[in-house]
Amino acid sequence: MARSIKKGFYVEPKLLQKVEKMNVSGDKRVIKTWSRRSMILPEFVGHTFAVHNGKIFVSVFVTENMVGHRLGEFSPTRAFRRHGAATDKTVALK
Amino acid sequence: MPRILGIEIPGKKRLEYALRYIYGIGPKCARELIEKAQLDPAKKADDLTDEELTLIAGILQSDYRTEGDLRREVSQNIRRLMSIGCYRGLRHRRGLPVRGQRTSTNARTRKGPRKTVGAVRGKEARAAAKTGK
Repeated sequence: MARSIKKGFYVEPKLLQKVEKMNVSGDKRVIKTWSRRSMILPEFVGHTFAVHNGKIFVSVFVTENMVGHRLGEFSPTRAFRRHGAATDKTVALK
Repeated sequence: MPRILGIEIPGKKRLEYALRYIYGIGPKCARELIEKAQLDPAKKADDLTDEELTLIAGILQSDYRTEGDLRREVSQNIRRLMSIGCYRGLRHRRGLPVRGQRTSTNARTRKGPRKTVGAVRGKEARAAAKTGK
């Protein structure tokens, strides 16, 4: 279920602080974060985040289209590596 | 058969059902539409006069997004999801269910007909599997 509009969006306060500080000083560094649940705000556009996926930090460059999504949506937690060994059918496809 | 907005040809049904044949018009919109046009929902679509048809078409064009426009909007939304590389977009790309459904079983609507992978035993079975493909 979607989050109630009454509550407003959620962003990790510390993360927002960091972004705002960087916006003021104007520097662009990669922000390492574990906060996958944070909503991407318009202020985040143009920054690069390194979003943890449980194993590594996936770098996410935020564009305008991404506003309103969560950081975690851009850092997949599962990687599917095809089923079974190569059969003659899959070999033929290659 | 009457035509609304060029292509739509709802059949010999009550208006409230006939209108649902338009892409983007469901039970709710159909009822709303009839109310706005002040028509009888029980009236057969065939019995509509030309004025009534143009009235419906006018309301449809001004207040609702239907057919091509709606389809374009939907596919644009999906394209947006795919282009920003978010989880939902990835699921669309792979043709898997987008809203967290299980995929171990079921999910046939998204995945399409079953594709058997793995060992097919015996020469005859293998030949059958190949011709079946």
